[in-house]
Amino acid sequence: MKLRRVVVTGLGIVSPLGANVETVWKNILDGKSGAKKVDEFDVSDLACQIACRIPLGDSADGKFNPDDWMDVKEQRKVDPFIVYAMAAAGQALQDSGFEAQTDEQKERAGVLIGSGIGGVGGIYDASITLAEKGPRRISPFFIPGRLINLASGYVSIRHGLKGPNHSVVTACSTGAHAIGDAARLIALDDADIMVAGGAESPINRLSLAGFAACRALSTGFNDDPQRASRPYDKDRDGFVMGEGAGTVILEEYEHAKARGAKIYGEVVGYGLSGDAHHITAPAADGNGGYRSMQAAIKRAGMDVSEIDYVNAHGTSTPLGDEIELGAVTRLMGDHAKNVTMSSTKSAVGHLLGAAGAVEAIFSILAMRDNMAPPTINLDNPSVETEIDLVPNKSKAKEINVALSNSFGFGGTNASLVFKKVS
Amino acid sequence: MSDIADRVRKIVVEHLNVDADKVTEKASFIDDLGADSLDQVELVMAFEEEFSVEIPDDAAESIQKFGDAVSFLEKAVK
Repeated sequence: MKLRRVVVTGLGIVSPLGANVETVWKNILDGKSGAKKVDEFDVSDLACQIACRIPLGDSADGKFNPDDWMDVKEQRKVDPFIVYAMAAAGQALQDSGFEAQTDEQKERAGVLIGSGIGGVGGIYDASITLAEKGPRRISPFFIPGRLINLASGYVSIRHGLKGPNHSVVTACSTGAHAIGDAARLIALDDADIMVAGGAESPINRLSLAGFAACRALSTGFNDDPQRASRPYDKDRDGFVMGEGAGTVILEEYEHAKARGAKIYGEVVGYGLSGDAHHITAPAADGNGGYRSMQAAIKRAGMDVSEIDYVNAHGTSTPLGDEIELGAVTRLMGDHAKNVTMSSTKSAVGHLLGAAGAVEAIFSILAMRDNMAPPTINLDNPSVETEIDLVPNKSKAKEINVALSNSFGFGGTNASLVFKKVS
Repeated sequence: MSDIADRVRKIVVEHLNVDADKVTEKASFIDDLGADSLDQVELVMAFEEEFSVEIPDDAAESIQKFGDAVSFLEKAVK
């Protein structure tokens, strides 16, 4: 069976650097950081006291107003990751100009939005209610408002999308897997349009305590949060948690052309692999990431020499950054000196299940504008490398092909390759 | 209107995000005020909490309209 071509025709984002695509992208290119000290709840006894928070306010200022996207009554029933997904999906659909009207259009359009940990904040709150007040005080909305696939559920209900309704849960690879799997559903003719991406709302005491216990979070920059996320820098000491959602509209190429849609680029490659090594640590040889990149480039029918830009997983953990850098260097071989690779987690933090989706968006925008976003706070690289890691300042460069990496706990890896459509 | 009715109306307005003047005695939670079956379960829980009473499931099923809730609670709270 011949695979159908899949293109990106819409983008939507809610992130710590703004709540619409152009605001976030400008802040990324300007080298801004979304990190701040957490002051919405007590962090005095936590090892990590910082996070990248979504700025709340008027959408005209690029900030996030949840009421624009979901009725107040509905917002109360769900964890914020679902509200973020509704906002990002609504933006992406608006951007694409697609609206499902006929029965056939509705049945050929689906949703695949994932999350790493879903409604962990609501589960924490309900546990306290259960302990203090008993089971009769647990809301009927407790379960449907926390389930990870309810992001896809709410989006489908709002927009009448009756095609495949699916979700992904692969920790920090979720967003990339969601886009890759959704693209395959279109390629295999199960749908013509998919709303795909990831959403996460992890910033609460329980998640901060849990990730800190895994020794994954930055703990040495509590008084200087904007310098904490510093991938490849010798002073890095863990990631900074972020929150938000990213979604893209994926569409079959002829379908997009027939309705005169704006085409951002084509999803040409998708590769997956497993480390089979350790629950949280990557294998020292970086073999899992190497093979997911290799598989994505093979699927694209390309040579490594065609990769212009890599949006790295690069979380700013002591172990992971150099292992990924090593894998990219080995894979690229002689081409390594021409490769530009940056970690936008330095700016927006680590959005966990949404990371792969927002980083796919940044990869697509890097192609659109021929601009590689910077790795901020990269003052003293911990290793020498031929690869240009774009320290601190964004860089103009012709970018025709971009590769985006996502690696997750459990040893789950995903890589996506996007290409300009001429 | 009784104090109980005012308190019930406040809960209904907050939970269903409707205008207070729509919450009339004969207003059905589902047909007139936009609730679904889960909203109705949550409303009953909110009444239990506000008035410190227990509303058994069979009684909860008979509470379909604003007036039903007020008359049930006026008896239960005495």
